[in-house]
Amino acid sequence: MIRTEDLTKRFGQLTAVDRLKLSIGHGEIFGLLGPNGAGKTTTIRMLTTLAKITAGRAWVRGHDVAKAPLAVKRVIGVAPQGLNLEIELTAVENLDYHGRLHGMPRHERRARASELLVFVDLSGKKDVPVDQFSGGMKRRLLIARALMHRPQILFLDEPTVGLDPQIRRKIWGLIQALKSQGVTVLLTTHYIEEAEALCDRVGILRKGRLIALDAPAGLMENVGKYAVEAEGQNGMDIRFFKERAEAVSYAGGIRRDVTIRKTNLEDVFLSLTGEKIGE
Amino acid sequence: MSPPGFYTIFWREMLSVRKKPLKFLAGSLIMPVLYLITFGWGLGRGMRVQGLDYLLFVLPGIIALSAMNNSFSGVAVTLNISKLYYRTIEEILVSPVGPWSIALGRVLAGCFKGLFSAGMLMLISLFLDAGVRYSVPFLLVLFLTCLVFASLGVLAGMLARSHEDMTNFTSFIVLPMAFLSGTFFPPEQMPEPFASLIMIYPLTHAAVSLRSLTAGAGVPLISLTVMVAYAGLFFYLGGRAIKTMEL
Ligand SMILES: Nc1ncnc2c1ncn2[C@@H]1O[C@H](COP(=O)(O)OP(=O)(O)OP(=O)(O)O)[C@@H](O)[C@H]1O
Ligand SMILES: [Mg+2]
Repeated sequence: MIRTEDLTKRFGQLTAVDRLKLSIGHGEIFGLLGPNGAGKTTTIRMLTTLAKITAGRAWVRGHDVAKAPLAVKRVIGVAPQGLNLEIELTAVENLDYHGRLHGMPRHERRARASELLVFVDLSGKKDVPVDQFSGGMKRRLLIARALMHRPQILFLDEPTVGLDPQIRRKIWGLIQALKSQGVTVLLTTHYIEEAEALCDRVGILRKGRLIALDAPAGLMENVGKYAVEAEGQNGMDIRFFKERAEAVSYAGGIRRDVTIRKTNLEDVFLSLTGEKIGE
Repeated sequence: MSPPGFYTIFWREMLSVRKKPLKFLAGSLIMPVLYLITFGWGLGRGMRVQGLDYLLFVLPGIIALSAMNNSFSGVAVTLNISKLYYRTIEEILVSPVGPWSIALGRVLAGCFKGLFSAGMLMLISLFLDAGVRYSVPFLLVLFLTCLVFASLGVLAGMLARSHEDMTNFTSFIVLPMAFLSGTFFPPEQMPEPFASLIMIYPLTHAAVSLRSLTAGAGVPLISLTVMVAYAGLFFYLGGRAIKTMEL
């Protein structure tokens, strides 16, 4: 559904996305994980025709993004990182406006809007102007809007950024429901748990480069499924082990406080780069 | 029935107008009414220009001016804000509505705003007993004036990279044009080379044409040509700016 070959974006001297190679299949939930400035948004902006591609190529559902942007726009839905809702309009007006932009006839706009407002649990707020919405409500409306015209491919840039855990889980539920409807999802995040909980496969981006790509479990297995953390002289010492028994015997030999736990994607990033994703 | 793209863009702008009718009404009227009071009554009482009562002379100029102001800022400001601040333009850019439809929808919304304020002024002037006559050709020229400046609004709104750019464009291009374009005085009255230079301004041609029509004469062909050319040029450049924009 989405394929890129050496996709590159430069802003003057800065290479924001560097020769990215991706292939995302039908019905897959694919996550781009990386710290601030890794190039996640820039990648999405190129794939959704908003940013010009500097070099390389990209296809969305077989349409060359640079050559056939209109064909691409017909099959995609986009929920950008910045909340660009029409704040002066109500929730239902936002959806209706989107439907009009996509040439949907009136009865279909009405039916789809009420269906989606139920889906994102905003039916009670349908006639409230969006500038009175909380951050979480805006995010959910943003996702509903992106789905309005029944796109086959959905781009979600940081769908849960800045939200509390409860609402975040709610949005995860929505995204999982989409998968069962056969929608292909490309999302970006810098939340480890989000990538682990949601994504079939994860691409880890750092400074514009894809440094790893696999299913979350595969990535973690590669590093070692078990992590042993011990307090060292300068912060935490972490070591990874393939087998549980190895981890336990290593931990047993340490006199300081130790923790044995399952590896997560943060550890994967750490072991690949020596840095942490967050902060 | 699904609405065509340009109409959706137009509809969206009109929705803002419908949501805040009083704000819209006051916004369209404040400037022209001030001009009317200052130049029509304050300065111009009893004054005669080109053998006319000054009020009768200045009225078409003020109507042209307010058509210009409202069609220009009605497009430029909202477009610029939607591009730089709310980023709502991206919602349109990822939809199948193309750049020319966006430009057209915005221009039509600008024309509505320009015509509305001009129309209100015309209405007021009927009560002033100034003795002006309006005609269908007058309205057509007014519409053409709005087309020119709404298209310029698209261009300016797209090119301005900051709010400051926008203010500068208004102070250095729009404001001088408002005062120098023969809106308040006959253009021939300026010494050369200024008298010829201000003929470059599209607003000069709008004011001259509208004045000529209220005096019962026709529209100078040259003015008509210049305005059509400007409308075409600005619309083309505005549409291009949307098409090639990189946010
Ligand atoms: N319009 C632009 N002009 C110049 N540089 C830009 C522009 N947009 C992005 N960049 C730069 O490109 C790099 C990648 O930015 P991008 O927004 O894609 O990162 P990101 O992974 O989405 O980060 P975040 O998690 O903060 O959203 C950054 O260094 C950023 O400063
Ligand atoms: Mg980003």
